Amino acid sequence: MTAVAEQTGAWLAEFTAQKPAEPWLQELRNAAFQRFAELGFPTTKNEEWRFTNVAPIARTTFRVSAAGFAARFRGAEKIEAGGKCFDAARLAAEPNAFVALNAAFTDRPCVLRVPRGAVVEEPIEITYEIAAAGDRPAAVHPRILIVVEANAQCAIVERYSGEGRYLTNAVTEIVAGEGAVVDHYRVQQESREAYHISTLRATLGRSANFSSHSIALGGALVRNDANATLSEGSDATLNGLYIVNGKQHIDNHTEIDHAKPHGTSHEVYKGILDGQATAVFNGRIIVRKDAQKTDSKQTNKNLVLSDEAVIDTKPELQILADDVRCTHGATIGQLDEEALFYLQSRGIGKGEARSLLTYAFAQDILDRIKVPALKDQLEKALTEKLHEHGK
Amino acid sequence: MALLEINDLHASVGEREILRGIDLTVNAGEVHAIMGPNGSGKSTLAGVLAGRELYHVTSGSVLYDGKDLLAMAPEDRAREGIFLAFQYPVEIPGVSNMYFLKAALNTIRKNKNLPELDAMDFLNLVREKMKLMEMEQALLNRPVNTGFSGGEKKRNEIFQMAVLEPKLAILDETDSGLDIDALRTVAGGVNALRSPERSMIVVTHYQRLLNYIVPDFVHVLSEGRIVKSGGKELALQLEESGYAGLGIVDEEEAVGKR
Ligand SMILES: Nc1ncnc2c1ncn2[C@@H]1O[C@H](COP(=O)(O)OP(=O)(O)OP(=O)(O)O)[C@@H](O)[C@H]1O
Ligand SMILES: [Mg+2]
Repeated sequence: MTAVAEQTGAWLAEFTAQKPAEPWLQELRNAAFQRFAELGFPTTKNEEWRFTNVAPIARTTFRVSAAGFAARFRGAEKIEAGGKCFDAARLAAEPNAFVALNAAFTDRPCVLRVPRGAVVEEPIEITYEIAAAGDRPAAVHPRILIVVEANAQCAIVERYSGEGRYLTNAVTEIVAGEGAVVDHYRVQQESREAYHISTLRATLGRSANFSSHSIALGGALVRNDANATLSEGSDATLNGLYIVNGKQHIDNHTEIDHAKPHGTSHEVYKGILDGQATAVFNGRIIVRKDAQKTDSKQTNKNLVLSDEAVIDTKPELQILADDVRCTHGATIGQLDEEALFYLQSRGIGKGEARSLLTYAFAQDILDRIKVPALKDQLEKALTEKLHEHGK
Repeated sequence: MALLEINDLHASVGEREILRGIDLTVNAGEVHAIMGPNGSGKSTLAGVLAGRELYHVTSGSVLYDGKDLLAMAPEDRAREGIFLAFQYPVEIPGVSNMYFLKAALNTIRKNKNLPELDAMDFLNLVREKMKLMEMEQALLNRPVNTGFSGGEKKRNEIFQMAVLEPKLAILDETDSGLDIDALRTVAGGVNALRSPERSMIVVTHYQRLLNYIVPDFVHVLSEGRIVKSGGKELALQLEESGYAGLGIVDEEEAVGKR
């Protein structure tokens, strides 16, 4: 058996044993599994996965579980037989093995539509919570597709959490129609033993406005891909905050594809690393030949609290148009000693001073969260997580 | 018993010795001015007293309220009543002035076995002290010192001192960068805090400040040593004849001459 076959064999057993709840999905799943089997799990020889070794996932025999979720979507509509929205041709050419694997096990995707012109007041909330598994670790493959039609507006909150060791392999697609305004949040608070792989793909129509905020706190091994493809005059914001300690590993790959002229994009990813944690940021910006007058700004800032934590950060600009403005910058720094001393000189203990400054570093990402309840919740979660660092 | 007793204090940054044998005694209620050329070690002395890690004390001792000050962490010194008004107050983006000051006050109160102030009482206290310093309340809601003008930063230091009510205040060039009106306000704020229980060490280059904050003693620091001490008239004498009149040259000039 080849290495790939060895790794995919256990998945094949799961695949053949399971039938989807909705029979029309079978054809799609077959194509997807075939694609997954062709690709196999990526290795660190693959440039896209250079710093993230998924061998621990590849070596584990999981039990595939249904990706059950709780959803609140007042003002949006569920598309029944939503799987029909998936594109079989695209699947056959899918470059990402995890996306193919996700499609192969897609059972009950969450497919929603926000009708043309609708302004959805309450955020659409989709929550995945993985219960502790039995004999084998569980693998779940959440799949979300949200079509926001022209001039509609909504906020989307995805949440991921769980107990014990398991794999979440999530794929979210968002299609924002012409003039749509979509505010997307992804809160990842997986267990400390969990593997979490996620792919976000947003396609923006003309003049659509899309912003995504990825808050990553949990997981042992985490890889997030967040991609946005822009049309003429569309505006994309990709923000992220990752806080890792202990032996956590997180890899954030983003791709902003300016396919058409007059697009703007803003990207701020901030990381806080402690212990022996490792993090990767790879920010690709593509400006296609047509995409004149593109304005794009990318920033990645990292606060490294220990000597052993490691961050690899890399901007990747592919600019094929000539009349564009693209800026990027990355920083890796420690806590400001002067500021620490200033706080201490006013009676604030060293530990508290450190967490105050660390929290302050993350503050601007939190300030951009427009859903108040979520902001409150995250402020608490952050304080808790930073308290772990202090220990 | 003296509040502060510095004996033959030597301190270095890296390999370089900056304080080269300081002796100074400050009793409760006294105001001591420290003057001296640029680079003579005034801020170093202030920093050593506040517990800045950058400076390494190589020999000597400092007793504060009878305790070994040098063995205490900076935050414990503050809790025990030491306050340093920084020559260059630090900007801390993302930490609100209000939150910061409340946290500081409550740790200090806790140390004094006083109950924590709730939001309402704290706000009342802060309002009263802001009035004293003629400070805009808007500054409170901004991040600590961030984007403050030079004068606003200095005012904010004395405002913090007014709220925290230290036993020993060390003011490092609080007057520099202030226009004459601001100087008067800041000095007024400082004077309002003068009391028989509160001592102050006022570092300055200018007699002007000492017209407002009249010191009990004036010391001249040069090349890491106190080379002359006297009453308030020493500052006047310095104003007239400069350090050269005392046979002291600016360190930079001295280096040039070697
Ligand atoms: N972090 C540092 N690294 C190296 N040298 C330092 C450092 N801090 C201070 N020094 C040196 O120590 C000496 C004393 O500095 P200090 O700031 O105490 O002087 P000062 O008397 O406060 O001067 P000024 O009147 O300009 O404020 C100077 O020569 C300065 O260059
Ligand atoms: Mg100085």
